[in-house]
Amino acid sequence: MADDLFGVHGKALALRSQRMGLIASNIANAATPGYKAKDIDFTAALSAAEAPGGRSITAAAESATKYRVPLQPSLDGNTVELVTEQTLFAENAVAYQSTLAFLNGRIQTLSRALKGE
Amino acid sequence: MAQPLSIFDVAGRAMSAQLVRMNTTASNLANAGGVAGSEAAAYRSIKPVFKTSYDQASGLATVDVAQVVTAGPAPTKRHDPSHPLANADGDVFEAAVDETRELVDMMETARNYQNNIEVLQTAKSLILDTLRLGR
Repeated sequence: MADDLFGVHGKALALRSQRMGLIASNIANAATPGYKAKDIDFTAALSAAEAPGGRSITAAAESATKYRVPLQPSLDGNTVELVTEQTLFAENAVAYQSTLAFLNGRIQTLSRALKGE
Repeated sequence: MAQPLSIFDVAGRAMSAQLVRMNTTASNLANAGGVAGSEAAAYRSIKPVFKTSYDQASGLATVDVAQVVTAGPAPTKRHDPSHPLANADGDVFEAAVDETRELVDMMETARNYQNNIEVLQTAKSLILDTLRLGR
């Protein structure tokens, strides 16, 4: 029922939150030798979550998690590139906020319809 | 860990690790040029060993300091019989701290710490916005 009310946005919000944690992990490990950066392919994860048969958000995110290919590999085996991570973190935060705005709009529409103003 | 990691744990523990690294850098710089009467007593630079800590439950990863080790070149022997700490042969041992490297390390540590604070602030404001959903 809640899925019908909010459409794709509920799943999108959960995935954005998951991706934020993953990019935060990359930033936390920026100086750890041998750490391999990971990221969620958001489009793939969302279509996996939306596909009929209903995969859980966690399973969908896991299926779309890939290792990052570094632009320039470093000698200590760490594949975190702070510039990339910071850009993607900011992008993901903005997208999270847009999803929140969509949800807020939907909630307002619904409550106005309920009140019959 | 009994509880799955949250984004706050990830950034918070990374900040603690960076703080340990900053402390070792401060110790190394403070002891740069320090003199001792024997090679064993001379100061050697210390470095933290970072280790990724994965959490299966949430899929997140943070960083911990596995141990702090002494690293870097051995103390330099200098012949200085007039020095009050000189041994029987008239030699003193100077701590071989690479100051340039320590300063570069310090800058990197400070940048990483700031990045983690930025992550924390963004995550906090997004979570607060989520709590205000529909109001």
